[in-house]
Formats: sequence, C-alpha cells, structure tokens
Amino acid sequence: MAFTLLGRGKTLREASVIPGFGLTLGFALLGLGLIVLIPLAALALRAASIGPAGFIAIASEPRVLAALQLSFGAALIAAGVNAVFGLLVAWVLVRYDFPGKRLLDAAVDLPFALPTAVAGIALAAIYAPNGPLGGLAALLGLKVAFTPAGVVLALIFIGLPFVVRTVQPVLEEVERDIEEASALLGASRLRTVFSVILPHVYPALLTGFALAFARAVGEYGSVIFIAGNIPMVSEIAPLLIVIKLEEFDYAGATVIASLMLSLSFALLFIINALQGWQRKRFGNV
Amino acid sequence: MTLSLLRRHLLSAAAAAAFIAGAGIAPALADKTLLNVSYDPTREFYKEFNSAFAADWAGKHNGEVVTVNQSHGGSGKQARAVVDGLDADVVTLALAGDIDQIAKATKKLPEDWAKRLPHNSAPYTSTIVFIVRKGNPKGIKDWGDLVKDDVQVITPNPKTSGGARWNYLAAWAYAAKQPGGDEDKTREFIADLYRNVPVLDTGARGSTTTFAQREVGDVLISWENEAFLVQQEFGSDKFDIVVPSLSILAEPPVAVVDANAKAKGNEEVAKAYLDFLYSPAGQRLAAKHFFRPTDPSAADPADLARFPKLELVSIDKDFGGWAAAQKKHFADGGIFDQIYKPTN
Repeated sequence: MAFTLLGRGKTLREASVIPGFGLTLGFALLGLGLIVLIPLAALALRAASIGPAGFIAIASEPRVLAALQLSFGAALIAAGVNAVFGLLVAWVLVRYDFPGKRLLDAAVDLPFALPTAVAGIALAAIYAPNGPLGGLAALLGLKVAFTPAGVVLALIFIGLPFVVRTVQPVLEEVERDIEEASALLGASRLRTVFSVILPHVYPALLTGFALAFARAVGEYGSVIFIAGNIPMVSEIAPLLIVIKLEEFDYAGATVIASLMLSLSFALLFIINALQGWQRKRFGNV
Repeated sequence: MTLSLLRRHLLSAAAAAAFIAGAGIAPALADKTLLNVSYDPTREFYKEFNSAFAADWAGKHNGEVVTVNQSHGGSGKQARAVVDGLDADVVTLALAGDIDQIAKATKKLPEDWAKRLPHNSAPYTSTIVFIVRKGNPKGIKDWGDLVKDDVQVITPNPKTSGGARWNYLAAWAYAAKQPGGDEDKTREFIADLYRNVPVLDTGARGSTTTFAQREVGDVLISWENEAFLVQQEFGSDKFDIVVPSLSILAEPPVAVVDANAKAKGNEEVAKAYLDFLYSPAGQRLAAKHFFRPTDPSAADPADLARFPKLELVSIDKDFGGWAAAQKKHFADGGIFDQIYKPTN
C-alpha cells in the first residue's frame, strides 16, 4: 500500500522503487470514474431530484419494504446456504480424488456462464408442480416454484460458484501436515476442523459469502421466472424497479435502486469489517 | 458423431455468416429501409405483411426496393426504446398509451397522432378471451367464474405488460355492467380476480408459458390472436378457447414517427406502409394471422368465421380513453396497486 489518505504522518505518496505511480493511479481513477463512479453519481442525482419527502414516501411504502425484505432476506439465506454447501464442495474438490472430479470442477462454473434467464426457466421447469422435482416436493406438501422458496433456490444456484471459487485456493494451501500435527497433539477431529482449518478459511469464506450475497441481491433474470411475482409475497425489489420504469417513473425507480445500493453497501461494509477483525484475531493468514 | 457435430457447427457458422453478410449488404442494395418497431405477437403477421408491401411498393415505383426491418418486444419496452432514441420510422404497438408516451416525451409526432388514420389508427383489432384446459374441467364460461374460490387464473402483471391492461379492463367492464355493479363492487370483483392469480408474470408470453408448459392455473386470460397461436403451437387437443359474454375491443394502434421518417427521407414510404395495412391485401393478411380486420370485405370468409361475435366495450367510450384509464387504474397508487395493499 503506497497510498493512504488516513495514515497519520504519511505523505500522499510514499517513496517507492517502482516508478509510474501517478500514471497508474490516473488510469485507475479514470477507469473507475467512467465505469463505476459517474453512473452511480447520476443514479444518486436522479434519486435526489425527487426530494426528501418523495424519497421517504417511496421508501416507506409497504410494498417496497416487502420487496426489499424479500430480496435481502432471500439473498442472505441463499448466501448462507452457499457458504456451507460451497465450502463442502470446495473441500471435496480439494481433498479427494474420484472419477469425474474434473468434470464436477468445471460444472461449478456453469452458473457463471449460463444466461440467467435460461437458469430461471430451467429451474422453473424442474421445480414447477408438474416438473420432476416439483412433483416430488408436491407429494411432501411443499411448493417451491412460484413461492419465495423459489426465489431462494434461484439465488442459491447463481451464487454457488462465488463461494467455491474463493474458498478452493485457500483450502489448497492448507497443508495436510497441519492437520496431522493437530491430531498428533491430541486434538479431536472436530477441534481440528474448528480450530485449525476453519480459521484459515474464514476470510475467504466471508469474501465468497459477500460476493454471493451481492450478486443475489440484484439478481433479476433468473428470479422472475420462478418467483410468481405476487406483490407483498414473492415480488423482488429489482422487479419493482422494472415496474416503475414501465410507468416511465425514472425517479421512483432510482429511489428504490439507491435504497438497495446503500443497504448492500452497508452490509458489504460490515462483512469487510468482520473480515478485518478475523484477520487481526487469527493473524494474517 | 463428432464429425456430424462438427459439420453442424460449421453449417450454423456458415448460416450465421451469411445472415450477417446479408444483413450488411441488403440495406446497401435496397433503395429504402424502413424500421417498424412493434410488439411481441405480431411477429408472424408482419413477416408476411412486409414482403407483400415490398412487392406492392416495387410495382408502383419502378421496382424500387423497400426493406422493412422489424423489432419486436414488450410494447412498453419498445416505446421506451423509441423514447430513448431508437430511430423507428413507424411504431405498431399494443396500446395507444405507449405511442402517447413517445409523442409526449420526444415530440417526434403530434399528440393527436391517433386522428391521422381511420379507426383511431388501429387497422386491425383483437379482443380478450379465455383459454382453458381441454374439456373445460372447471366449467368456466364467463368472467364471473374467474372469482370462484377453486379457480386459478393466469394473467400477466398489467403494470409490466401493456397487453395485460386490456385483460384487466375487460374484467372491469364486465363487473361494472353487472346488476348493482357500482364502483365498490367492481373494485371488489377485480381484487377477487387477482387474488386468484398464483403467478403474475411480467409479460404475455411468460403467462402463456406458465399456463401451457408449467400447467399452472385453470384459465389463461389472453388476446384472441395469441389464443389461436397457442392452439396452433400446442395443439387444439390440449386447450379450449372460451369466449366470455362481454369483452373489450383491443385496438393496437400504428403511427408514423414523423421526425425519424423525415430525417431518413422515408416520409412517403412510411405513410404508404401504414396505408397498406388498411388496404384489402393488408386486411386479408391481418385476418389470416388472427387479428380482426376493421374492413372485413376483403378477408377470407374462412378466416372471419374463426372470430365469434360478442359484446365489445371500447376504451374511449367506457373508460374515457387511455390517459384516463392509465391514471385511474395503473398509475402508481392506482386501483391495481390498491389490490395488493395489506388490509390490516
């Protein structure tokens, strides 16, 4: 880190053996500005144009709140499921050899590559009451497609690779010797998992969780095909944005968008802080 | 197997290349290129209509070639694309409200555009009917059956689907015309109906998929032309069409976007294109593709026989026009939004 605004007693630029700091910083800021900051500023401006009273009126509508609750709740559940399940998948891929392992490894990335609408249609076809798995669930009295459960399902699908791909390289670095040492020192298997392996993996797992969560909050394409989209029940916030756009209500749409954005930012900030705390506690692993 | 697969890939690659080359070259050869921005279920109709128009134009103008490019999508989305700068010469959309928005936002055509062509600028019309499962197991005959407790209704969200607004208004018109059908009763009827909707898709094609392929729901509210297309696609042994006692005259309007056509020197051909929709040839093609022609004299009687007679209300007479209907029913906080307000 050659550049910090907060570090006490540090100049803007520290002496470095690598030249070109100004140039690279310039390019980095230009790229970030054009692609991220300017569009976001436009969004904030558009949302601000409606005035604080209008902003609060939209932000406190029961339907908007219900949609936000569903979007964030489902995203958190999906990211949580992915954290557990993704860790298991990564573990299996790193620690065991079995026929078809490469195939499975490649398949993990498919949700990245698949157009989300295709994923949504496929999931809806399989989990609809007349689909193979949906029919099975119906026998048990469960409904998946066209309920909030369908939303969670779609979000689990699109978020899985984020956790697997962030955890996998870290697990690969955890040497088996440490586990053996832990066993030799008399730790039980559970203790080895919780006190030796997981602390190594935590930061990566949190990152994966955060990525899967962030991806899931804004997801639209796959969800609308399986959600049912009933207001107050299974209507996600991005759909409300689309509805506002259909009414040519750009300001209203940006209000919901900026609400989502600030909520996401706050949550990601907390996750980042957690990560920093983890690092301090367990050392920089 | 690998060889045939490879060959197939090569073939499709060659086809794609030919298509791209064709698309690139065609406008260069053509003397005129027209862009028609339309909505979803007109795809098959305009495909046939465009070649008929090109032949007609060439015959009248010494063989001048007109290429008509088509763009299809949800009506509201298409309108927004034109507002945002898509340079459509003509728009042929699902409802007048969408063209009103283009006129209001861009000033590229006058706000009284609908008066420029006969029949409110709607050369063909359609109406709203029901599709039920074969044999009509729930005995659905009219709008009143849709609010029964054991009936599940599939219809898109009228907020996101322009076409679905006709569905909603048809139901409203039916309830308002029932004995004792005052405003409160009608609202209640509409609320009961939408409470029977288990899946609210964003567009008409989505609802059709939910009903026909996912087999969710007992009845699909649909445009008449779309209902015929569904029967054609999935076979008439799976679905029946039920015509309610009363429905709405759905008028999908057309208009020249003057400023765009003028900028491209297409004013004359764009106007001729829309006039051709009203010609006997255009009307016959519309009837063939399940739209009700405004002038049935030239249409094939066999095509016309497919359209049952029923009482039709109109948006202008019964709802005071699109602007009023839009504001009352579909605007933010309008009657449709109130259905889903929590009651406690």
